[in-house]
Amino acid sequence: MSNHLTNLTLKVWRQSGPNAGGHFESYRIDSISDEASFLEMLDVLNEKLIGDGREAVVFDHDCREGICGTCSLMIDGQAHGPQRGTATCQLHMRKFQSNQEIVIEPWRATAFPIVKDLMVDRSAFDRIVEAGGFITAPTGGAPDANLIPIAKPVADASMDAAECIGCGACVAACPNGAANLFTSAKVAHLNLLPQGQAERWSRVEAMVETMDEHFGSCTNHGECEAACPKSISIDFIALMNKDYRKSKFKNRKLIDQI
Amino acid sequence: MAQAIQSRGPVTGTAVKAKKRRPFLLDLYGTAVGKKYVMAVTGIMLLGFVLTHMIGNLKMYLGAEDYNHYAEFLREVLVPILPRTVLLWLLRFGLIGAVLLHIHAAYSLTVMNRKARSVKYQSPRDYQIANFASRTMRWTGIIVALFVLWHLADLTWGTLNAVGGDGVFVRGDAYGNVVRSLERVPVAVLYIVANIALGTHLFHGVWSLFQSMGWNNPRFNKWRRGIATAFATIIVVGNVSFPIAVLAGIVGK
Repeated sequence: MSNHLTNLTLKVWRQSGPNAGGHFESYRIDSISDEASFLEMLDVLNEKLIGDGREAVVFDHDCREGICGTCSLMIDGQAHGPQRGTATCQLHMRKFQSNQEIVIEPWRATAFPIVKDLMVDRSAFDRIVEAGGFITAPTGGAPDANLIPIAKPVADASMDAAECIGCGACVAACPNGAANLFTSAKVAHLNLLPQGQAERWSRVEAMVETMDEHFGSCTNHGECEAACPKSISIDFIALMNKDYRKSKFKNRKLIDQI
Repeated sequence: MAQAIQSRGPVTGTAVKAKKRRPFLLDLYGTAVGKKYVMAVTGIMLLGFVLTHMIGNLKMYLGAEDYNHYAEFLREVLVPILPRTVLLWLLRFGLIGAVLLHIHAAYSLTVMNRKARSVKYQSPRDYQIANFASRTMRWTGIIVALFVLWHLADLTWGTLNAVGGDGVFVRGDAYGNVVRSLERVPVAVLYIVANIALGTHLFHGVWSLFQSMGWNNPRFNKWRRGIATAFATIIVVGNVSFPIAVLAGIVGK
């Protein structure tokens, strides 16, 4: 049987448009099941607001099963809320207590302008991926398994990086608004594999330099790793740093890699 | 009929013109990742200085003669390959260059980071991993830089050494100058406070440089925090012991 949380106060950031000023507004949730997800709790709030003839709170969401990276929300000063390795959609109300005040803010970064209320535009991430987060070799249909021998630890590391869902929690959590964890994950999942070797150096160069145009710099606080719903390790940032440095020093023409 | 042939310029295999780039070191320094690399390299140079400076000062426990002999030796390293004080000055210029680059990189990255979040969070942040040291790098860095200037005026140029004390700055008497300076209680306190700031800076800096250099290897990753703590502790304990030893009369006339 599920328990109910009662008398929650939500302090939600309301902003009518990208250039409008914003403010916190307080809402009361009288009773909510502890089995409700955080987003379902916001749905309940919105139903109530609409019923009262007021404007619903705008927030990003899509799959609601923790794999699409659309949901965001800074909850009580933590990106995706207080539970480690969890996107907001997989955060449940049992992590909270009755009579609690919950503060909800959008991601804050210059590269992530607020669209409305809690929704931000994360297309700066697309610019980074466009710069090199792909391979250009035609790969045809699905190859046979183990056609290209890849050591298990390498495949695992690449998969760990490929877990990134691009939600932007790393940028939101970073005291500097840096996107190094996102970019390093997108660099690493290709740079670790044989298929990614041909463009290894130009990829890291282009992606790092595109990242520079939008985001801050990494000072190795480690906040991004703690906020990441996929718990992606900052070890990938070190890998990206190393590959970027090498891309500048290597004579790439002689190693047949661009 | 003759036809004028116009040069089409060099044609590469793929007919793609490479993006024009600056000299590669400037190019590297142009990005945040490159600046962090420069910070790490200059940081390593400064770590080397801080460590040898501390070890050199331990000679004060051996007495005035050993200490002053070591101070004189620093001017005579590599004589007669190089004339007297030349290596010392080369090292000094290297350190000055490292400090300037370290500060410039820190300054421009700070500006960049401020711009990257032009509107701050309006509610309090709840940091999970960031520690006091990593959050205060700018302030501990500024404290250490100002202290180094004061320290130079105190014990290298001697302009501040005699102030408030009973002695005078004697060029060549390194031991006597240190004792006369640290006998003043406020000065001793300043040295202790500055060294704690330095230790805090090193605690994050030494760990951080492994990331910035890309030195990441499961074999030694678990040692990085320990190395940073040990290095910072050794430097702070060594350096803080000097004013305490002078005040306690262990080192003195």
